[in-house]
Amino acid sequence: MTQIKSLADLKALKNNIQEKMDTRAKGNKDGLVQVKVAMATCGIAAGAKQIFDYFLNESEKRGIDIVLTQTGCMGYCHAEPTVEVTLPNKEPIVFGYVDTKKADEIIEKYIKNGELVEGIIPVNYETVAKN
Amino acid sequence: MAKYKMHLLVCGGTGCSASKSTEIVDNLHLSLKEKGLENDVQVILTGCFGFCEKGPIVKVMPDNTFYTEVKPEDAAEIIAEHVIKGRKVTRLLYTDPENKEHIADAKHMGFYKKQLRIALRNCGFIDPENIEEYISNDGYAAIAKVLTEMASEEVINEIKLSGLRGRGGGGFPTGVKWEIASKNHADQKYVVCNADEGDPGAFMDRSILEGDPHSVIEAMTINGFAIGATKGLIYIRAEYPLAIHRLQIAIGQAREYGLLGKNIFGSGFDFDIELRYGAGAFVCGEETALIHSMEGQRGEPTFKPPFPAQSGYLQKPTNVNNVETYANIPIIILKGANWFNKIGTEKSKGTKVFALAGQINNVGLIEVPMGITLREVIYEIGGGIKNGRAFKAVQTGGPSGGCLTEKHLDTPIDYDNLIAAGSMMGSGGMVVMDDTSCMVSIAKFYLEFTVEESCGKCTPCRVGNKRLHEILEKITKGNGTMEDLEALRNLAGVIKDTALCGLGQTSPNPVLSTLDNFWDEYVEHVKDKKCRAGVCKSLMRYVIDKDACVGCTACARNCPVNAISGEKKMPHVINDELCIKCGACIERCKFNAISIK
Amino acid sequence: MEYVNIIIDDKPIKAEKGQTILKAARQAGIGIPTLCYYELNGQQLENRPGGCRVCVVEVSGRKNLAPACATEVMEGMEIKTHSLRVVNARRTVVELLLSDHPASCLICSKSGNCELQSLAQKLGIRDIPFKGEQSMYKKDFSPAIIREMNKCIMCRRCETVCNKLQTVGALSAVNRGFMAVVAPAFEQDLAQSPCTMCGQCVQACPVGALSEVNQTRQVIQAINNPAKKVVVQTAPAVRVALGEEFGMEPGTIVTGKMAAALRRIGFDYVFDTDFAADLTIMEEGTELLGRISKFMAGDKSVRLPILTSCCPGWVNFFETNYSDMLDVPSTAKSPQQMFGAIAKNYWAEKIGVKREDMIVVSIMPCVAKKFECQRDEFKENGNPDVDYSLTTRELAELIKQFNIDFNTLPDEDFDNPLGASTGAAVIFGATGGVIEAATRTAYEIFTKKKLDKVDFNALRGLDGVRSATVDFDGTPIHIGIAHGLGNARKLLDMVRNGEANFHAIEVMACPGGCVGGAGQPFHHGDFSKVEKRFEAIYREDEGKPIRKSHENPYIKQLYEEFLGEPCGEKSHHLLHTHYFDKSKQVEVEA
Repeated sequence: MTQIKSLADLKALKNNIQEKMDTRAKGNKDGLVQVKVAMATCGIAAGAKQIFDYFLNESEKRGIDIVLTQTGCMGYCHAEPTVEVTLPNKEPIVFGYVDTKKADEIIEKYIKNGELVEGIIPVNYETVAKN
Repeated sequence: MAKYKMHLLVCGGTGCSASKSTEIVDNLHLSLKEKGLENDVQVILTGCFGFCEKGPIVKVMPDNTFYTEVKPEDAAEIIAEHVIKGRKVTRLLYTDPENKEHIADAKHMGFYKKQLRIALRNCGFIDPENIEEYISNDGYAAIAKVLTEMASEEVINEIKLSGLRGRGGGGFPTGVKWEIASKNHADQKYVVCNADEGDPGAFMDRSILEGDPHSVIEAMTINGFAIGATKGLIYIRAEYPLAIHRLQIAIGQAREYGLLGKNIFGSGFDFDIELRYGAGAFVCGEETALIHSMEGQRGEPTFKPPFPAQSGYLQKPTNVNNVETYANIPIIILKGANWFNKIGTEKSKGTKVFALAGQINNVGLIEVPMGITLREVIYEIGGGIKNGRAFKAVQTGGPSGGCLTEKHLDTPIDYDNLIAAGSMMGSGGMVVMDDTSCMVSIAKFYLEFTVEESCGKCTPCRVGNKRLHEILEKITKGNGTMEDLEALRNLAGVIKDTALCGLGQTSPNPVLSTLDNFWDEYVEHVKDKKCRAGVCKSLMRYVIDKDACVGCTACARNCPVNAISGEKKMPHVINDELCIKCGACIERCKFNAISIK
Repeated sequence: MEYVNIIIDDKPIKAEKGQTILKAARQAGIGIPTLCYYELNGQQLENRPGGCRVCVVEVSGRKNLAPACATEVMEGMEIKTHSLRVVNARRTVVELLLSDHPASCLICSKSGNCELQSLAQKLGIRDIPFKGEQSMYKKDFSPAIIREMNKCIMCRRCETVCNKLQTVGALSAVNRGFMAVVAPAFEQDLAQSPCTMCGQCVQACPVGALSEVNQTRQVIQAINNPAKKVVVQTAPAVRVALGEEFGMEPGTIVTGKMAAALRRIGFDYVFDTDFAADLTIMEEGTELLGRISKFMAGDKSVRLPILTSCCPGWVNFFETNYSDMLDVPSTAKSPQQMFGAIAKNYWAEKIGVKREDMIVVSIMPCVAKKFECQRDEFKENGNPDVDYSLTTRELAELIKQFNIDFNTLPDEDFDNPLGASTGAAVIFGATGGVIEAATRTAYEIFTKKKLDKVDFNALRGLDGVRSATVDFDGTPIHIGIAHGLGNARKLLDMVRNGEANFHAIEVMACPGGCVGGAGQPFHHGDFSKVEKRFEAIYREDEGKPIRKSHENPYIKQLYEEFLGEPCGEKSHHLLHTHYFDKSKQVEVEA
């Protein structure tokens, strides 16, 4: 890792990171499935860590290529743990009250077949557009 | 891979279920089956959309059509028109209340703009432990801009122009605060991030630190450059281990990438950040107390002036801002003050994060533009009151705030309106109460917190709040007098007028606002010895209905204090003086003859 | 001086810029009541936590009331000190304080001197509307000071005095909210803390939460016990302050009336600690000259400076904080203890009374003396050289109990021989006095020349840390003086770090020296009273026919008859002591 010494360095690093993501997406024939688990204190307390591990282990076992990341609070405290799944070229979908059974359902039905499962948390906010 | 071509999402929230959303699902299924589409279109019940006022809601994916106030009999039409023919059912579309136009794509609905995530822009979106995700989302672009293109006065001007006010509760203009600190010259200045979030039920700052720690680091660096400080301190409560862990990772990564440390962006500007741990004293959220705590002194406030900007940490000029305030800074720098100051109201710009809690369907962390009404928050974001009960009050501002009622529901939320209504913005707690809440008990609850958390330095807060709490206790026990109510109001007023720091000055707010808005309920407790919400145990009466009682003696035999008497096969009576309100009699009565009055 | 125009209670006032509302108002003759505020003028001590909220006033344009003690005047400020809003708030605040304060004024040691009591009187409070829980703490008895925290009103004066003025660090606020109280670390007893018993906290306490151990009853019993001969000694600073307890001006000298009163109370012998002060000079002066001579002769084992050791608070302080320097202070006992040793070993024998049948009572301006006389090294087979040490205030109480009309008493003399003293002994009561007295004697012995001018003005004054060089006929002697333990710490740190080359240093624990002692009549933060006592001490000195200790004929007689020579074997046994390492008490606190 090199130190960022100038504005140009920062821009180069940003492009580099975005390119990496793109390449990875293109390298996969069906595009990339992104799974984010909300892992703030409350999410973890509600079991998000087990869900994260479940996705990690099961995606490997079942041979599906997903990009799994942790993230911060999504704001749906009433429905923790929450997981956001983004299928290629689709809107992100947030699932609430995810336990391992629900996670299995999400993998088998939504990730593999695009078939929605119950427990969707409708997103009801707008995020400020970045530059 | 997609099996279904289309999804119909039907709101399964409590509000919509009550309006027959399950019937809608059934009817949708029926129609699909009739048309032979059950394998192409999936119908699914979802969680609450929050927009309960216009429920039940059906959303069609992928074209993002949002149908409101759908009835079970509309199901067939949605299938026939929208699913088969691709024509939207105009009459069910959401109508923009302003220009009366039907909105086809939900993305254009005002509803989605009810919540605007600025401070929370990266929370739940990026991996907080990966600096590269932050950078790829414009992270550190603001500090780059500041250090390579801007003078410190320009930075301060930009923040001043943005209209950003402190999100910790006081609402002091951030840019002005920075300006004062910048004008006090010293060999060393400090930038302090106040992460001593302590309102009961509030977790806005924790969520930001856990979800987007780099935004705070970047903002503090900007702040340091603006006022001429090279050292930053984050005062965080030790009860936030995950936030601390992620901050430590983030600070480490920022140093590794040269974004903290010497000569940042080759500009010659040095800045670094250290963490300081608080032991969880509420009063240490007050900036002078916070500074004393960091210095190893007793965490208690001192009067201002001198302000921290003049003489703060180690007697050096110090700027203290809270986490949420900082989270707004980078995006203001990037998108400009003129973008930010268009959001919100005239005197309160931008958005505010609230921790929405209490008797509300969608308990959660929300971020709304200033100027939104409480009604919109409660009914359109929060999904309304749980179990369809009646709204009674909403408490904002934590223990420093007050209880607002029905009449305040359409007040636009901003710093000044909330204070005018007898409450305050505070750090962003918002507790919704239904008719099962006793307002005297609510006031007592908050006072209990203040009594516990007062530092004990000044008389009004140390003794006054204790006495307020004792009077409230007396009232809830049924021993209150009308003179007590008078004493309560006078004492609360004096505490507000004389306490040393913000904690003490605002601590009577829960009492004053409930006295103002729920006077009848106080009087009921005092005169009628009655608690309409059924919360105050001492005011409950157990009564046997003499018509329903068959004289089986089960209640009398099970009463632990022998408060029930009566002849066999004759109606029994309860002696109120002996009754301890344990409820054993009700449990035993097979004839529903005993009730609580 | 820059001025701003303000209006207080409709009265236009020119106030100094940067001044507080309180000071501006007081200068204009408007007395805003205060409670926690405490200032020792000229001693760099201010307790201004802004905590009691009694001094709140209404300031135009401000949304809440402002504490006058902590709010600076600003141009155009309009201030109201007795509007309905202010009066109601002030009254409510005092009622709140009273609601958590035992209403035991009838039997409180502070009754009549209590600032809360007089405030309640002033505001005409006849009822405490708030009934509720009261703070309950166990009474903490130490050898000299009693803490009754039920009475504490959290003014924090004691804490400020203990930490800022004295740098002792025994007291600080602990706990939160209603449970907040000032206490030693971990709420241990005062006796287990680094407390030096200086008692400045007692002097500062506006209520009866801190008081001295009262021993008047034991003294009355001793006086009325026919089997006992009761001897009393009075310290120099008592005679310039006692009159205040009987309505006299501070600084009134009442030596004669005091001797008369003591005799009427029934003491068998009315002696003077001043006699022992002269004796102290003989011993300490000789020790000083011995050390200087050896040092000048190149003896590396000698440590300079020599530190005075008359002040028991100071002795406790260096035993606790400078345990690495225990060989530096003079080994001479304090005058109180020298008196006790002489009374019980010389006078008792002379009048044919057994040691056990003699009771020595001292009247001291001091609280720490109560602790000092209980130290084991000042006892013989468990029998103390000084049995009871009373404060100036306790003596006043005795006089009142004995129905003596102090103001009309005739002037009487002390008994001889232990009542005879010189002007050098009198000035022990003021900061700089001990070292001046020592200089008067040491000069003559060292130079073998007669000293014509005995007033060493360079050594006098009330600055916290002073230094002067005295010319001993060609040999410059460097002298340091500190009063207040915080100032002593400054000097001692310099000595410890080798930054100072003093030959001798005098330290008094209390500001002003013994005239400002913790056992003196309460001055309630009016330090001008202490200054007047200070001036009176030097007036008393001037009026004395003999002003050098070594010229006291009874001292000469004592050496001839009994002791032999200063710092000789008998003196060493009776008049000198040793010190103990008490540094652990600081570590506990750290």
